[in-house]
Amino acid sequence: VARTPNRQIEHLLRRAGFGARPDELDYYSGQAVSEVVDALVSYEQVADEVDSNIGRSGYVGTTTRGVFSPNTNITDARQRWLFRLVHSDRPLQEKMTLFWHNHFATGYSKVAGALGALEATRYMAARASEDPGGVRGQIELFRDMALGNFRDLLFEVAKDTAMLVWLDGRTNTKAKPQENFAREIMELFTVGVGHYTESDVYAGARVFTGWNLQRMGSAANGSAHLEFAYVAAQHDTGPKTFSFPVYPDGGSTIPARSAGDGMQDGIDFINGLAALPATGRYLAAKLFRFFVSEFRPPDPSFVDRIARVYLSSRYDMRAVLREVLLSPEFWDARSVWGRYAWPVEYVVRLLKDVGWVGFSVDSALTPLANMGLVLYDPPDVAGWDAGQTWFSSGAMLARMNFASTLAANQRFNLATSSKGFAQTPQGFLAYYASALDMAPSDTIVRDEWLKYLTATGTWTGSDAQRQAKAPGLVHLIGGSPEYQLQ
Amino acid sequence: MKVTRRQFVKGGVAAFTVTFAAPEFLSDLARAQGARGRNLVVLYLGGGNDALSMLVPYNDPFYYTRRPTLGVPAGQVLQIGTDSSRTALGLHPRLTGLRQIFDEGRLALIQRTGYENQSRSHFLGTDIWSTADPGNPQALGWIGRYLDALPSPADPLVGWNTAGILPHVLQANHTSVPAIANPATYSFASPNGAVEAAAERSAALRIASHVPVDRPELAFVYGSTEAALATLDRVLTVASYTPTVAYPNTGLGQAFRAVAGAMVRGIGTRVFYVTTGGFDTHSAQNTNVANGAYYTLMATLNDAILAFYNDVRQQGLLEDTLVLSFSEFGRRISENGSSGTDHGAASTMLVLGGRVNGGLYGTAPSLNPDPNNPTLENNGGDVRHEFDFRSVYARVIDGWLGANSLPLLNGDFRNPRLSFV
Repeated sequence: VARTPNRQIEHLLRRAGFGARPDELDYYSGQAVSEVVDALVSYEQVADEVDSNIGRSGYVGTTTRGVFSPNTNITDARQRWLFRLVHSDRPLQEKMTLFWHNHFATGYSKVAGALGALEATRYMAARASEDPGGVRGQIELFRDMALGNFRDLLFEVAKDTAMLVWLDGRTNTKAKPQENFAREIMELFTVGVGHYTESDVYAGARVFTGWNLQRMGSAANGSAHLEFAYVAAQHDTGPKTFSFPVYPDGGSTIPARSAGDGMQDGIDFINGLAALPATGRYLAAKLFRFFVSEFRPPDPSFVDRIARVYLSSRYDMRAVLREVLLSPEFWDARSVWGRYAWPVEYVVRLLKDVGWVGFSVDSALTPLANMGLVLYDPPDVAGWDAGQTWFSSGAMLARMNFASTLAANQRFNLATSSKGFAQTPQGFLAYYASALDMAPSDTIVRDEWLKYLTATGTWTGSDAQRQAKAPGLVHLIGGSPEYQLQ
Repeated sequence: MKVTRRQFVKGGVAAFTVTFAAPEFLSDLARAQGARGRNLVVLYLGGGNDALSMLVPYNDPFYYTRRPTLGVPAGQVLQIGTDSSRTALGLHPRLTGLRQIFDEGRLALIQRTGYENQSRSHFLGTDIWSTADPGNPQALGWIGRYLDALPSPADPLVGWNTAGILPHVLQANHTSVPAIANPATYSFASPNGAVEAAAERSAALRIASHVPVDRPELAFVYGSTEAALATLDRVLTVASYTPTVAYPNTGLGQAFRAVAGAMVRGIGTRVFYVTTGGFDTHSAQNTNVANGAYYTLMATLNDAILAFYNDVRQQGLLEDTLVLSFSEFGRRISENGSSGTDHGAASTMLVLGGRVNGGLYGTAPSLNPDPNNPTLENNGGDVRHEFDFRSVYARVIDGWLGANSLPLLNGDFRNPRLSFV
């Protein structure tokens, strides 16, 4: 079936989702943009039953080694997430989950090194309803609070088991404060470099003394797990003074408190950081690069406006995202195709455009690693570098080679679906240039694609020719520089 | 910080002005640029290396009072003599290979390298060490600027990045450095075989030589694509390299193996980038326990460097080789409550190679926590720099690469005491 383009909806779904399956495009194309934005941000109205389709025909496949165990096996967790990215009807929820995964970047490898692969997978990826100890993995936290309140999210992240291992909060005690989390909550999670001092780092470390982990549950029934505990005896009860206001009245000193009441220090500190204008501006600039464009600096007026919505809504990310997606900057012609696709965005969009029946997402995991992105394992606490750094020559080869792998896998589907468009090579090319949603290409490039179709023999459009040329062309287009933009 | 770096356009990524050339021609060009000339291997130790566990001032009593669990016992260090301040120093006990290279006079240890108001942030710190420009950490990388200054058109293999992503130090204006983690998998796949596959590849090659006008971000991807396709054949020759020694099966070991292969095959690469991570040892640093975190880091470092050193020596290429290490910061002197160390300031750089004047450069810090101790900063908490790290870069640029450090580093950082090469 030929695809009927809808430039606005496609732009919106590339950014607020991971491209558009043909059924998604059809579904949203009948609606006004503002209605679609409303639907995307109000995703709770769509039932969340996508996981129940894993293993069913008509969907992208998964590969099981024994039993499919996405709550305890990290490879299966990665497959489950990729499955959701292809098939979820809540695209913005998944997009924001990825955004938070990058923002609060926590690496599975370190957690697994400390606690073993099985437990680490639970803390990263388990669904609470499916875990014997009720563990909610960090990604599930991000998914639950994808468009939640940012202050509440910060609070949950500060108590998150994987984070307490990743940034060593579990060893933060009054005798020897641990600076790691205190530094990063200011540098990377809220205000950014330039808005805090070294002495703020020391004071922040003392704030979170006693925010540790305790072992709960029983090994006998598999429910044993680590979870957050405030350990009063390990809390530094002295006052902590910062270079910025912590309280609404401008006060910058968290008062001395009894050890029993000391957890309030961290709550005050998180409330204070969430309320700083610099936090709103930091988030706004990051949202600009992620949703609007990374090919120009964030527009100052955009940053001002989004930061204002952030503050006036009391940190409501749903209100913030609605404003982002309806902003003139988002719809500016310079923003369309104004961003590089992340490897996972590239892979999922290509699957949605080319086809998925008969392909296993397991086959995408090694290519994704070669492109520089391993889900659940960002390189460091700052997340992925993104932008230009995705395009080392080796990573570009990995993208081209993934297009080849998928095209080969879909050979017969492609040959069948293009049958009605094979009268001329021009028609054949037009069909695929429309099916694969990509930035405009120059005439000279399209001419080369056309030449390729007849490079090895006269065009006949036969089954045999389509079975070679359809995957070959999908390889060239899917691996083209134009397709790497979004 | 790096968030701003992501807006690379601001930094001015110009449209690629690459012209396609056949690999044969590129090899000639590579030879003209000195394929068997001097090589530089930049080694990044990611996370902030705890230099006080790598090079130990084992007679300093404060070393042990401030590091009751992490201090390397004096009886276990590999003693390498005293520096000009008469501080006795020893290498971490797992660095037996580095001690051998030191004894051969081919390893320089440059103590207390850093800069004024040193950043304790991984990201800002890495940006600063990568750009050699504390005032503008969004600038291009210093190696990238060096590559940009080479005669153009630059060979697409003039640099070789063994990491998966482009590190800031290699970011250049018009020189694209390929990322080749594994030469054996650096290949162009096709869904078809034989004639059809060849047709795809030749179409891809012709398309990649196209330069889209007025679309610099798209042109950048074209440049990467073209660099990838133009280097496939030469990289394939490296995949078949048989080293003279067994390299450890670590990421760093295999990266050094690829570097040696590229050097031996003479494919024209001048600058290599290798990296190993895990140095952010906030907790359970385990300096002294076999298989402990820091002990393993030292094992990884030592075994990879020693294999590379022996291999290139046996290939007759040691005289053409210089390895230069950096890390974003050293670590706090006092250990924390998690048997680890937090982010600190100055650190020790390693330089090794066949023409290196080995030895101890600079002076070790006194670890006395007196706030007035001039070798420390941050109220005696961190090591203060003695050498600006750009002075080390300047020596490498002037004394090894044969370029001029003044324009490349935007200033005169030459220091006659740094005569390591």
